[in-house]
Amino acid sequence: MTFDAINAWWWPLLFILVAGWLATDVWRFLGVYFGGRVAENSDAIVLVRCVATALVAAVIGNLVVFPSGALAETSLWLRLDATASGFAAYLFIRRSIVVGIVTAELILISGMFLAGDFNLPAPF
Amino acid sequence: MSQPQSQEPTRHFSWFLRGARSAFSVPGLILASAFVGFAGLAKAAGLSLWETVFMVGVVWALPAKVVLVGAILSGVSLPAAAFAVALSSIRLMPMVVALVPEMRTERTPRWVLYTLSHFVAVTSWVLAMQHFRDVSREMRTSYYAGLGITLILANMLLVAFVYTVAGSLPPPMMAALLLLTPLYFLTSLWGSARERAMHVAMIIGMIAGPLVHLVAPSFDLLIAGLVGGAVAFAWHKRNRARST
Repeated sequence: MTFDAINAWWWPLLFILVAGWLATDVWRFLGVYFGGRVAENSDAIVLVRCVATALVAAVIGNLVVFPSGALAETSLWLRLDATASGFAAYLFIRRSIVVGIVTAELILISGMFLAGDFNLPAPF
Repeated sequence: MSQPQSQEPTRHFSWFLRGARSAFSVPGLILASAFVGFAGLAKAAGLSLWETVFMVGVVWALPAKVVLVGAILSGVSLPAAAFAVALSSIRLMPMVVALVPEMRTERTPRWVLYTLSHFVAVTSWVLAMQHFRDVSREMRTSYYAGLGITLILANMLLVAFVYTVAGSLPPPMMAALLLLTPLYFLTSLWGSARERAMHVAMIIGMIAGPLVHLVAPSFDLLIAGLVGGAVAFAWHKRNRARST
């Protein structure tokens, strides 16, 4: 029952509908149903927020430590360096998401360049 | 009610357009950059163009999609994937719970609220909560419909475009593209935390995710999420008990 289990055009779409659409919209619909009846800072809601946050954080960690595609060609230390620097820049420079992303990308790209992972493109 | 009745549709439409316009803002642009990263991620994971665009439309919330792609990459079964995505998306419920009273009037049909709830994700929610005070109550559903529909459609188009050209990008640019998603989440999630406990949950989750992945790759997200969340919650309770 994995994503590639059934070789038919509709299977991946069904997989996305059940594991994607149903698994997200059920919470949105419950939110409308309960609208205003649950206290925002009740213990249950805080616990729910903690679990959801840790889960997404685990995804962040995996994307950096076990990336796919072209990012997998870079060294782990470079990715950790770029991520940590980007996060530090975000924290210390006005909590700006843009500053954090740009810092991390600059470190990643210059690191790849220094490691000889690619050459500057030849003049066109 | 007889006189303004004739003007109502035009008023609703003009607020719909205002909502659409507020999609093109700094938060909207940052979200778009994260979707550029998502298109690269989905392509690297082996999803087809149509599956990727379909996923953007039906799931919408970016963390849920990244979890889903992660589950597909790990080769987990449908129930396990659905469970991980559902766990990562519980946060949508309190967000909708907070948003609905802001845009409901006595005359708002239920189906309108259920339909609009599909557009709830971090960016549209933050924008709506910010701008609702400048929108009269009866116009808020129209405003939010304009905002939500525009965000979804624009990002579906963007993802289709990036997916199509991603194959011809040089590897360093692809690598840079793939780093966008984790950084966008890291910073926006940190910034949207309501309690200190969420920062604790983030730190534990980020460390536990890759560690658990080494021993139990199919259950890494679930275990890291449940353990990180439980520890952060315990920390939250202890702190509160101490301060009161």
